[in-house]
Amino acid sequence: MSDLRDLYQQVIMDHNKRPRNFREMENPNHLAHGNNPLCGDKLVVYVKHDGERIEDVSFKGSGCAISVASASLMTEALKGKTLDEAEAIYQQVHKVMTGEETDDDLLGKLEVLSGVQEFPARVKCATLSWHTMHSAMDSDHEISITTE
Amino acid sequence: MKKFNINAIRADFPVLHQNIHGEPLVYLDSAASSQKPNQVIDAVSEFYRHDYANIHRGVHQLSQRATDLYEGARDKVRQFVNATTDREIVFTRGATEAINLVAQSFVRPNIEPGDEILISHMEHHANIVPWQMLCEQTGAKLKVIPMTETGELDLSYFDEMLTDRTKILGIGHVSNALGTINPVKSMVAKAHAKDIPVLVDGAQAVPHMAVDVQDLDCDFYVFSGHKMLAPTGIGVLWGREELLKAMPPYQGGGDMILSVSFDNTIYSEVPFKFEAGTPHIAGAIGLGAAIDYMLDIGLDEIAAHEHYLLELTTQKLSDMPGVRLIGTAADKAAVVSFMLDGIHPHDIGTIFDQQGVAIRTGHHCAQPVMEFFDIPATARASFAFYNTEKDVDALVSAIEKTQELFA
Repeated sequence: MSDLRDLYQQVIMDHNKRPRNFREMENPNHLAHGNNPLCGDKLVVYVKHDGERIEDVSFKGSGCAISVASASLMTEALKGKTLDEAEAIYQQVHKVMTGEETDDDLLGKLEVLSGVQEFPARVKCATLSWHTMHSAMDSDHEISITTE
Repeated sequence: MKKFNINAIRADFPVLHQNIHGEPLVYLDSAASSQKPNQVIDAVSEFYRHDYANIHRGVHQLSQRATDLYEGARDKVRQFVNATTDREIVFTRGATEAINLVAQSFVRPNIEPGDEILISHMEHHANIVPWQMLCEQTGAKLKVIPMTETGELDLSYFDEMLTDRTKILGIGHVSNALGTINPVKSMVAKAHAKDIPVLVDGAQAVPHMAVDVQDLDCDFYVFSGHKMLAPTGIGVLWGREELLKAMPPYQGGGDMILSVSFDNTIYSEVPFKFEAGTPHIAGAIGLGAAIDYMLDIGLDEIAAHEHYLLELTTQKLSDMPGVRLIGTAADKAAVVSFMLDGIHPHDIGTIFDQQGVAIRTGHHCAQPVMEFFDIPATARASFAFYNTEKDVDALVSAIEKTQELFA
């Protein structure tokens, strides 16, 4: 059960129970739907920025504790960041989930996501919101992505 | 018939005797796929070690032995489902392929735009998608028998749904997501009263109960080997001989022909005309061994033991706070789908796994069922006759620990 506590840390449980920025957004610059059909996770990620800095990030949807907490942590981490910083954080999150060396200053609180390393079947849960956000930023129109 | 001896049975399944994350494995995912006894593993490996060759071809000794074993397995399947002749037993890759075969070879040649195919809301995707594809190809319409909150078919409008345009009724014998045992015999009688043929998807039924196709009186019955102790990649289409004879082949190739020239090819008789190419010979032999094994234990004994585990589990889980059972039909196989308040099934699966308890979480290839109950997924514990009361206790304890972690 010790590994489980690494995965389901207090921060994760808290963000699952009380997800931050859990709301629809009016007039986002970017919007993407993320689906993981295997486990039924469905998220919508909204991003608003001024071309340089992210003013607001929010999400709606349902999923397991890992996917909801990861999405919630993501919205907190990206708000107020420049687009370049957001990209750097996205890259760091990928690294922390696959066990690569990371820049802890950039990663900050997101370090709690490292628990999924030991649960390969759950990496997709933790990355769903991040992939969805990334696809949203890459596209000017509403899109859907699917991970399995 | 020997007495039901659970310890002797468990000793036959080598995979059950191991630790997962330091805890004894509790395998509650047999509805996804069953484990295999030594008798099946040995039958397959002995075949490869001593008797292997291609079938229906060579005059040499090994080819003859392989053919005898393969055809012997066909006869075991015939007895297992109480068919009248081996010619009605077609080996396929699984239930999925068997349904596709019936859709394309039986229904498609006789269907027109506006005709109807009738299935139910609780079907596995394997008994939905092949029909949807057929509808796309032909302009036919898919109609769906609704279900109730308990997970039973709502047959109040069944008579009206069987119309003079209905080309086939495709119905699951047992629901994989809910465990519901459907009243297929009476449904077949009603369909036949209007001359509508019936395919029964028995993938979840044959591992758990005696099936008699003559008694059911259906026209096609399909199942997979891997859910009933046999290897993956082998399954069965049982069909009435006169129907199979009238159907065109599903796939072309070797072993399904009497003669081939560039002007004209004459197909083999049934069932061989539906078995193009070298089949999964070892899989069929493994399926035969699985049937021997199950018959030796006794299909009624298997059903009784599983029913006992189902009742025990249902009662224990019903008494637990925060547990909601999905699928509470009066007549059920040993499948228990459940939700835990405030905990996503995917988290349940991971936490269970850490305790050595293997269950399935997800939509169980039955997304319309999930949609009906307005849930993204369920956790599903499914039992086989090699499970014990201890496994039920482990399930209860895993639920308690999951609830503790999420408290």
